[in-house]
Amino acid sequence: MDPNPLLSVSNLSVNFGGLRALSNINLTIKHGDLVGLIGPNGAGKTTFFNTLTGLCKPSTGQIMFAGFDLTNKAASYISRQGIARTFQNIRLFKSLTVLENLMVACHQNINYSFLTGVLKSKKYRLEEEAGLEEAKRILEIVGLSHHAHELSVNLPYGDQRKLEIARALVTKPKLLLLDEPAAGMNPAETQELLSLIRYLRSDLGITILLIEHDMNLVMNLCEHIFVLDYGMLIAEGTAAEIRSNEQVIQAYLGADV
Amino acid sequence: MGKRNLISVGILAGIYLIVQLLVSRGVLLAYDLQILGLVCINIMLAVSLNLINGFTGQFSIGHAGFFGIGAYASAYLTVVHDMPFLLALIIGGLFAALIGICIGLPTLRLEGDYLAIATLGFGEIIRVVILNIPAVGGARGFSGISRSTTFGTAYVFMILTVIILKNFISSKHGRACIAIREDELASETLGINTTFYKVAAFTIGAFFAGLAGGLYSHFMGYINPAANQIGFMKSIDILIMVVLGGLGSITGSIAAAIFLTLIPEFLRSLAEYRMVVYPIILILIMLFRPSGLLGGKELSWDVLSSFYRRVTGKAQKQQGVSTNGS
Repeated sequence: MDPNPLLSVSNLSVNFGGLRALSNINLTIKHGDLVGLIGPNGAGKTTFFNTLTGLCKPSTGQIMFAGFDLTNKAASYISRQGIARTFQNIRLFKSLTVLENLMVACHQNINYSFLTGVLKSKKYRLEEEAGLEEAKRILEIVGLSHHAHELSVNLPYGDQRKLEIARALVTKPKLLLLDEPAAGMNPAETQELLSLIRYLRSDLGITILLIEHDMNLVMNLCEHIFVLDYGMLIAEGTAAEIRSNEQVIQAYLGADV
Repeated sequence: MGKRNLISVGILAGIYLIVQLLVSRGVLLAYDLQILGLVCINIMLAVSLNLINGFTGQFSIGHAGFFGIGAYASAYLTVVHDMPFLLALIIGGLFAALIGICIGLPTLRLEGDYLAIATLGFGEIIRVVILNIPAVGGARGFSGISRSTTFGTAYVFMILTVIILKNFISSKHGRACIAIREDELASETLGINTTFYKVAAFTIGAFFAGLAGGLYSHFMGYINPAANQIGFMKSIDILIMVVLGGLGSITGSIAAAIFLTLIPEFLRSLAEYRMVVYPIILILIMLFRPSGLLGGKELSWDVLSSFYRRVTGKAQKQQGVSTNGS
């Protein structure tokens, strides 16, 4: 085991009233990994993401990230430590343009006080220009530059998913959580997405954890896979190991009667 | 300062000079000037409420409470403590902002209808508290306030309010507020402290409402704790301006504040039918422009120049002259 993992989750449990959504999750993710998280519907995958990003409070357990304890921290604090995410049901700022969506995400990169903002001093201009520059650079990476001034709600579905990834990238994350990034995409869009994810990992050095139902995509893309079922981590390993794991097959197809 | 800013300053100064000229010629009477002063104060109220309701998306209907706090606090300071008017005005605004923080912290955890009801309740609490303070006249109202606010003062404060709020909106802090309106959860995961910005927007809105209140009490020389002065009737008046002008449009709020302050005056000849015609006008506007006069749009030099280019574009194309964007 890597002595210094990027993310290490220990004994994590989440209860919603009497329902145990996650129970005793232990897992680590190394720097630069591209990891998949799979499991049947209702297994607790999104709850796991919500807990990592602070939208959901853990009942017990600990989340360590890059040397910081993120357990029970506010979502905005966790984002500043370098975890960014996308959502299963797209959550863009609908009445803002593509570029404005990214400028909002520049919040942490742009630095000036209320007063500077109101007086529009030189510092305001420099910081805003730097933010805009960064937003345009990210837009170039995901290939949405030609849509920069369109309202985000008017983008085709696949581009909306890409914009959400772009928005997460602007916050300069160390760990990127993608919640079903390929859902609803056609095969061509999925191929583009695959190469984008590979590029983010190899060229930008971002560690990626993704939830996906498209088994082909997960098996192709991820070198390490975690499997959740009924809130429990039932298996982990390479694609080949997962494919032949009895418990995983049972979880997906049901046990023999 | 850019060319456009110079033109803006010129236009604003021009409006002021024209008003003064009309007054000196006797075209505008003292009564008309009072209406114009009220227009300025109402613009301050509408624009500051728009920051909370329109830009940050927190539906507050207790804005008149902050107006009342500013009106009474500053009047108390000038009348009882002989404080200079401007200083009292600022302190009145700051006091309203302080109460804004105290109300905002607990209530902004609520959303939608629940927030609206809570702010309505707090607005009424403020009014009832003022009603029961004998030092500021109680139910009789507070009279004998020096009439320190002139049309010019109100005009200058109105312009400052609009500029400050407009600049705030286009800064990263304003963008954070707009993001909260659009999707609070997503904003939080992008590193925006949503509680902080909601309370900040509420507090800034309360400050400018308090300022407007101080201007008002020193404009009329008298203020009383009636529902249509500092109570929920007044809150609704301000809310109508914001919704009619367009949630999230500063120019919309300005236009609606001017329109709604002036229209009862123009309808004066209709006598008692005025209160029938006024709501009919509101209903018609909301039917034909449900997102407000300007929707979320702003009227700015950029919009004007692109409109100008569109209008003149045809002629220039024929002459083969390319348009440039400067």
